[in-house]
Amino acid sequence: MIRPVSDRETDKTSGFRYIGKKRRTKEDPRFVAGRGRFVADVVLPGTKHVALVASPHASARILSINTDAALALPGVRYVLTGEEFCSQTDSLHIGVDAPKVTRYALAKDVVRYAGEWVAAVVADTRAIAEDAAELVEVEYETLAHVIDPEASLASGAHLVHSGHGTNVLFQRKFVWGPVDEAFAKADQRLAFRATWGRSSTVPIETFGVMAKWDSAAGLLDIWASIQMPKYPDQAARALRLPGNAVRVHFDVDVGGSYGLKRGIKHTVLVGYLALKLGVPVRLIEDRLENMRGGDMHGPDRFFDMQLAFDRDGTIRGMKIRAVDDVGAYAGRSPLQLGKPVGAICGPYQIAAIEYEPISVMTNKTPQEAVRGFGQSPTNFAIERAIDRIARHLGMDRIELRRKNLIRKDQFPYLIPSGSSYDSGDYHAVLDKALKAGDYSALVRARDQARSAGRLAGIGLSTCLEPSGGNAAFELLFNPKNETTTWMDSCLVRVDLSGSVTGVMGTSSSGQGHETLISTVIGEVLERDPETIRVVHADSLNALPSNSPVGSRMAIMLGGAAAGAARTIRNTLLAIAAHNFECSPEDLEYRDGNVSIEGAPSKMLTWDQLVEIAHRKIHKMPPGLEPGLQSQFVWGVPTGGGLPTADGRVQMYPCYAFEAHLVYVEIDPETGKPMVKKYVCGHDCGVMITPDIVHGMTYGGIAHGIGAALYEKFAYTEGGQLASGTFMDYLIPSAMEVPDIRIVDHCTPSPLTTFGQKGSGEAGYLGAPAAVANAINDALDPIGASIDTLPISHLALWEAIAAAPNRQD
Amino acid sequence: MTDKLYPIEVEVNGVARSAMVPARVSLVDWLREELLLTGTHVGCEHGICGACSVMLDGEPVRSCLMFAWQADGHRVTTVEGLARPDGSLSILQDSFCDSHALQCGYCTPGMLIAAQGLLYTNPRPTDLQIREAIAGNLCRCTGYQQIVDAVRSAAARLAKEKGQR
Repeated sequence: MIRPVSDRETDKTSGFRYIGKKRRTKEDPRFVAGRGRFVADVVLPGTKHVALVASPHASARILSINTDAALALPGVRYVLTGEEFCSQTDSLHIGVDAPKVTRYALAKDVVRYAGEWVAAVVADTRAIAEDAAELVEVEYETLAHVIDPEASLASGAHLVHSGHGTNVLFQRKFVWGPVDEAFAKADQRLAFRATWGRSSTVPIETFGVMAKWDSAAGLLDIWASIQMPKYPDQAARALRLPGNAVRVHFDVDVGGSYGLKRGIKHTVLVGYLALKLGVPVRLIEDRLENMRGGDMHGPDRFFDMQLAFDRDGTIRGMKIRAVDDVGAYAGRSPLQLGKPVGAICGPYQIAAIEYEPISVMTNKTPQEAVRGFGQSPTNFAIERAIDRIARHLGMDRIELRRKNLIRKDQFPYLIPSGSSYDSGDYHAVLDKALKAGDYSALVRARDQARSAGRLAGIGLSTCLEPSGGNAAFELLFNPKNETTTWMDSCLVRVDLSGSVTGVMGTSSSGQGHETLISTVIGEVLERDPETIRVVHADSLNALPSNSPVGSRMAIMLGGAAAGAARTIRNTLLAIAAHNFECSPEDLEYRDGNVSIEGAPSKMLTWDQLVEIAHRKIHKMPPGLEPGLQSQFVWGVPTGGGLPTADGRVQMYPCYAFEAHLVYVEIDPETGKPMVKKYVCGHDCGVMITPDIVHGMTYGGIAHGIGAALYEKFAYTEGGQLASGTFMDYLIPSAMEVPDIRIVDHCTPSPLTTFGQKGSGEAGYLGAPAAVANAINDALDPIGASIDTLPISHLALWEAIAAAPNRQD
Repeated sequence: MTDKLYPIEVEVNGVARSAMVPARVSLVDWLREELLLTGTHVGCEHGICGACSVMLDGEPVRSCLMFAWQADGHRVTTVEGLARPDGSLSILQDSFCDSHALQCGYCTPGMLIAAQGLLYTNPRPTDLQIREAIAGNLCRCTGYQQIVDAVRSAAARLAKEKGQR
């Protein structure tokens, strides 16, 4: 393991000036004024619009495409089909080693899912493009298809990609620790299946991208609602352009993403059209294009769980077989089975683990990264296992958790799969949540409801949010990949007027990075964050970034901003030391002014120091660059290691913890569940901006309630998406999401600048588990149980109707 | 499809607007593309998400489900029209900032319209009434908690301001 860079603001641990304080964000005012700048708001003269022709079949051969009628419509500029597109661009990047599972924005020869794009129409307006799309005549010959992942694994199944020879994209059995021994020696064993339904983050803004080719400069400009690591590089590669011929503008506001908005296929398509036609071209998905053909579904996974434990509740071993249906193409999605390796035992002391991830293709819409990158489904399976063990033993669920949770004195704690958890106090956070929720009163309320004939239940979950996002799972799932760093960076400049600007090299989708950077720079330089401007550089302005994925920006961008600001502070100290002819150690830095310690009148002010740096090189120490700016690139703490032969590797550096407590009642007549009380104990170390952390946690919980109870991309047996609108894909409204109480706890991370951990996935990582546990607690008295998400009204109604101990 | 254009007169954010529009142009497309009022957002185009909410004669409506010509003779207020006459943020907008009632900002204009519509008719709403009023507007970022906080706080501030006058 590589030691982290020593990066602590050690003199700051005793109290922060701006960090952790209630402060308004920098971003909110422009949004409430209606002055956000989203991709659909970017207007270029002469822009042409794309509409898509989608396959109506789950699996078919394309016999012919007739574009004559579409091209004859006034205002139509071009119709692009897969034949041309696939010959002029390269396949999109694939996360695992499966070179035959190529992927392009437009299908060629065969279609592999209903909704797959077959042709792109370019016209003067979106309306004309849509009219013309309906005039494109495609002749198909339907082929066999496979929708169910287990059927897809069976021998003789229809092959989604015949060239690949199997529907399995990745399969490996990892054994970490003495698994056989644990299962042989344990008093008790149980096995069950937990199923996570296909849902996603479904942002309210669909994906959109605009591209403009400047043939004289040889430069392709891109504006997109993007949140994706290595996006400019992948777009350039697929378009067969050098990296510096693509300039992505990161100053576009992204209308929600939560990991999802990785519209690389859209971008290559629109980029190609802009190159080909020499005019600006844009594609703003409509809702159906987004839900059916945008390739942005989430994990669709079942877990075969086996547990070995003793009568006293000690969990000795766990076996997980996880089958994930990624849909018709690979992309990065198989890796969502890899991220959970970094927290495969949850927050528990489980010394022996077998994990068999299996990534399988079907004729469904492809999967993309969703908040948590596969961790929330895994947490759900583990937490269902904990509750099932408690029930099996007749043991209290809280006691069982307390017994197995890693203790505060055990950190850093090395888990069997090779990751070291940095810090935590899980027992304290659980206790805080129980206290805030008045657990014993909740138990009384539940029991009273039950004795009145209602179905009522309490749910708990205790889960981890790995944060800091270095993607060591890439190496674990693809031996040809040797990426061992996931850096991020920030540039801080102080201009001649003394104003401070922070520059970041990626886009934001609601995380408040401008607030983050200005707060951190303000903290280090002791300047008011209100006065610090933050801008998003474009991709040619050379700030390496891996984008805000993996709950990483408070750690990585925050760390980079602190590093750059610290260099500025040291420069100011060096200038003052030179002019006072003393050592920097004899100086005191306060509010940007530097004075000799003990002699406050001997001072160079911020303005004077800035003036020297920008104009008076004769007053600068030799060897120091004039001007006042600094760029800092930070690698992920603990990153850099390659996996061992048995698949152990340090994944993310920091581990935030959350303890959820939920009370639900279910209407036995309709199956309608009502979440009546919700408490979340949360420890993500030092919070830089508490309002932002809380907001993301509330949102994550709401999203988790959706995944647990409402949201599903359902498919018919024929392979048609049955929930392609918001009338059938149900997103929780303010009436389904209850009042939520968050209880904070702070165990600083020893690995980060201010003790911060990540929080972008908070809430979502434990909410589905807690809600599912609450529902099952409610169903327990009637002898029913549901381990398949989402637990819809219908599923509940059916389970209640069929329950053995049903009370009428 | 016909190219015929229809004359409309609409008061938008207090300004009288005359235009010739094709029959099939939605109100939201007209506001965004012709008037460049891009604060109103398109989320689903089937009337569920509420991102496109605007006021029609003081009541929230879905501008994706209306044709531009249906606004003929009516008063439309978009998010750009919520600010005070001097251009500063309204109390509701300011409360959204104070409670951090948004993250990505995409649903925010529609949320503000829905909340403003509530405060017009019910100046002292309960939390449940606030939730009901914004239940037709989907937000994926906030879990609604800080939005409810903001609307509650705005109602209190508005009542205080009214009491002072």
